[in-house]
Amino acid sequence: MKLIFERSYKGRGSAHLPKCDVPVCQLPESMMRSEKPALPEVSEIELVRHYTELEKQTFGVNDGFYPLGSCTMKYNPRINEEMAALPGFTNIHPLQNTDTVQGCMEVLYKAEEYLNEITGMDRFTMQPSAGAHGEFAGLLLIRAWHLHKGNTKRTKIIVPDSAHGTNPATVSMAGYETVNVPSTKDGLVDLDALREAVGENTAGLMLTNPNTFGLFDPNIGEITKIIHDAGGLCYYDGANLNAVMGQARPGDMGFDCVHLNVHKTFSTPHGGGGPGAGPVGCKAFLAPFLPGPVVEKEDGVFKFKTPELSFGRVRGFHGNFLVIVKTLSYILSLGREGIPEASANAVLNANYLLNRISDDYDIASGPHCMHEFVITLERLQKETGVSALDVAKRLIDYGMHPPTMYFPLNVKEALMVEPVETESLETLDEAAEIFKQVMKEARENPELLHGAPHNAPIGRPDEVNAARNPVLKYTP
Amino acid sequence: MGGYVPNTKAQQQQMLKAIGHSSFDDLYQVIPESMRVKSLNLEPGKSELEVRRIMEGLAAENKPFKSIFRGAGSYDHYIPSVVKSVTSKESFLTAYTPYQAEISQGVLQSIFEYQTMICELTGMDVSNASVYDGPVAAAEAVLMCETRKRSRVVLSGALHPHVIEVVKTYCDARSVDVTVVPPKGGKTDIKGVKTALKDDAACLCFQQPGYYGIIEDAEALCVLAHEAGAKAVMSVNPIAMALLKSPAECGADVAVGEGQPLGIAMGFGGPYLGFMATTQRMMRQLPGRIVGKTTDSRGGRAFVLTLQAREQHIRREKASSNICSNQALCAMTASVYLAAMGPGGLEACATQCHSKAVYAMEQLTSIKGVSLCYDEPFFHEFVTTCPVDPEMLNRRLEEEGILGGLPVDEGLLWCVTEKQSKEDIDRMVAVVREVCEL
Repeated sequence: MKLIFERSYKGRGSAHLPKCDVPVCQLPESMMRSEKPALPEVSEIELVRHYTELEKQTFGVNDGFYPLGSCTMKYNPRINEEMAALPGFTNIHPLQNTDTVQGCMEVLYKAEEYLNEITGMDRFTMQPSAGAHGEFAGLLLIRAWHLHKGNTKRTKIIVPDSAHGTNPATVSMAGYETVNVPSTKDGLVDLDALREAVGENTAGLMLTNPNTFGLFDPNIGEITKIIHDAGGLCYYDGANLNAVMGQARPGDMGFDCVHLNVHKTFSTPHGGGGPGAGPVGCKAFLAPFLPGPVVEKEDGVFKFKTPELSFGRVRGFHGNFLVIVKTLSYILSLGREGIPEASANAVLNANYLLNRISDDYDIASGPHCMHEFVITLERLQKETGVSALDVAKRLIDYGMHPPTMYFPLNVKEALMVEPVETESLETLDEAAEIFKQVMKEARENPELLHGAPHNAPIGRPDEVNAARNPVLKYTP
Repeated sequence: MGGYVPNTKAQQQQMLKAIGHSSFDDLYQVIPESMRVKSLNLEPGKSELEVRRIMEGLAAENKPFKSIFRGAGSYDHYIPSVVKSVTSKESFLTAYTPYQAEISQGVLQSIFEYQTMICELTGMDVSNASVYDGPVAAAEAVLMCETRKRSRVVLSGALHPHVIEVVKTYCDARSVDVTVVPPKGGKTDIKGVKTALKDDAACLCFQQPGYYGIIEDAEALCVLAHEAGAKAVMSVNPIAMALLKSPAECGADVAVGEGQPLGIAMGFGGPYLGFMATTQRMMRQLPGRIVGKTTDSRGGRAFVLTLQAREQHIRREKASSNICSNQALCAMTASVYLAAMGPGGLEACATQCHSKAVYAMEQLTSIKGVSLCYDEPFFHEFVTTCPVDPEMLNRRLEEEGILGGLPVDEGLLWCVTEKQSKEDIDRMVAVVREVCEL
């Protein structure tokens, strides 16, 4: 399809602004740019049709089953969007006097209260704008605490080898070194390896629980104790909180700080890659180090305060505020019973689908799981040449978004499936049939899968060429 | 009231039975009993109508202003209706990051178009798909310039204070030193910068227009940086780019900025959009997602996430940034805004911002005791003295539904955009006159 630039016609456009009603002033010629930016010139109808066409080539949760592992692609309630679009929130300047923004501050305050209760933490900052951003803020919190205690020798963060790539990258960004600890074959933390790895240089541990295999680590109490005994702190990567929210709390597992992916667990949408938000919570002893300002309530009035030992800002203003509005709206809807109901059904749906397809697919993560499970197609690949990629692409032909591919890294030919709680039994049954059918096709007609997808807007793209000869913008 | 769970209790029991369990508790057997939550201390779930009442009640506790004369990093521009209508499209809203290119061409192409528009605005060769916001864009940019030999960054004190704070946080974590050169006369202190650069500076980072609205001699600053063997990082206001010399024309190595003025609501500070663009030479140091053009198996044009060898999921601890998905829908918002406005509309917007700011400045400084602090060309922000308590003046303006200038050390930092009519400006000036001259 055409690019917006290819629809451009000189002199076309729409009128959005009135004529200037004050004398027009020009800046000195020496400051002016010589070449005007070549932005598209399109009428409104062309603009609308362009994006309508783009939308048709985009698959979202509202288009069909989206079991993308570790991404928690649950339904995004419309009410949340509408609440975040209220002019009383959208038209507020972030530097207004606090007595004119008490509603916004109460949103931040309430959201913090609820997130504290759900995670077992004492304080939150809403500044981090994504999961990775939260990880960064969380490690800076740990770092600030060690440095405050005068401890400069703790330079290493322990990360299990099954962790998301953001974990080790975050460790480097925060000025630490990563110590990888191997997992047991089912992806759990190897306690002996962990005991071996800790020492006087241990600053902390980053852990996702349930882990990237979709398994809850039953030794979690022992794991956090090993780290604490060694003088380190424990960071909870909230990527998989949807499995356990309302069932178990990171704070009770021994974690000192945590980030949440509200675009996953609390259903503020993913937006094709953001904006989400990654609030970071911590136990009281870390709260003085949080980025500022945070909201305090004094005599019924909300005030901004910067924590006394704050390590500084991680972004401007108050974070992705309107995303926090959606988070609050979602938590209010679910409430005390709805939150554990959501997680329990996420786990039920995952186990049900696992059970339905386990005759045809090898499950790397065992017979029981939390909210997601991992398939390994190593055997299929050896026997037929059909890879995890081929299977994923063939699923597209059946109107399903593929699972996460080739993750976790320590499972060969992995597909990671997360069905989420908002999918019905009928959808899961249909998906199971599709999985079954694709496996049958893989055995009978591997070529069909190598060439998939056949019904998508495009065939497989040449990624090697894209990276080798980068074309990153349009040139006429 | 319920977690949007479609399965009935009977279906849930049927499913539990199918997997050999009798209750939900069985699913969580693996969690040690001592760690199980008995009951959350939250209110019961609420109906949609109740949630709406609460949220609308909270929104009503805020005071939106009819006339806004405050900027300082968040700008009240007119947002064409088509912008919200396009970016509310459900597939865009509910899609994940476009990992599966075959069913994500819409998002991928929109990012490619966004990258092109950012390159047009800045004049640079390569743009990424966005970062969290303007301050983070500046922080990521200065770290792109850091090398083993050059591990100190020089910041103009005329940068937005949040930019300085965020850059410090990011640099501190990596033991990169930061030198902030205090502003002089409301803009970058050229002499001070020259002294600060020395021979170990990785880059100079400054803002165009500066925090106090003044248009910097960006070319001279880029030359200074280069003479010292450092890179030049230029943070720009994207609306001003319709008029001002682009970062490329000024010789910048990295151009960044806050994309909020491009059709994104003020929204009490977020979500916003950090944009980043650089030269061909520094392309591989650029953090974040990048979309590239290629062909598909049928020979047609296709778009994919590319140059991923830079990123965390490949490089893990060797990646220079951990950033992955961030503000895609905000980037799309900026593209739709730019396409809706077109080159003519954007230029008209920028010219009106400037003209109205000049008009407002002239009117305000005709008031006794109010004078322009820095007599320099400015874009749409300027600082005046304030002969009365600025807080008191702003209270009075608030009563009239007007958000006045931001109190700063020297007085008030005003901003005027195309959204304010002459009548709005005159009304604001009348109130200020009444307060100051009585």
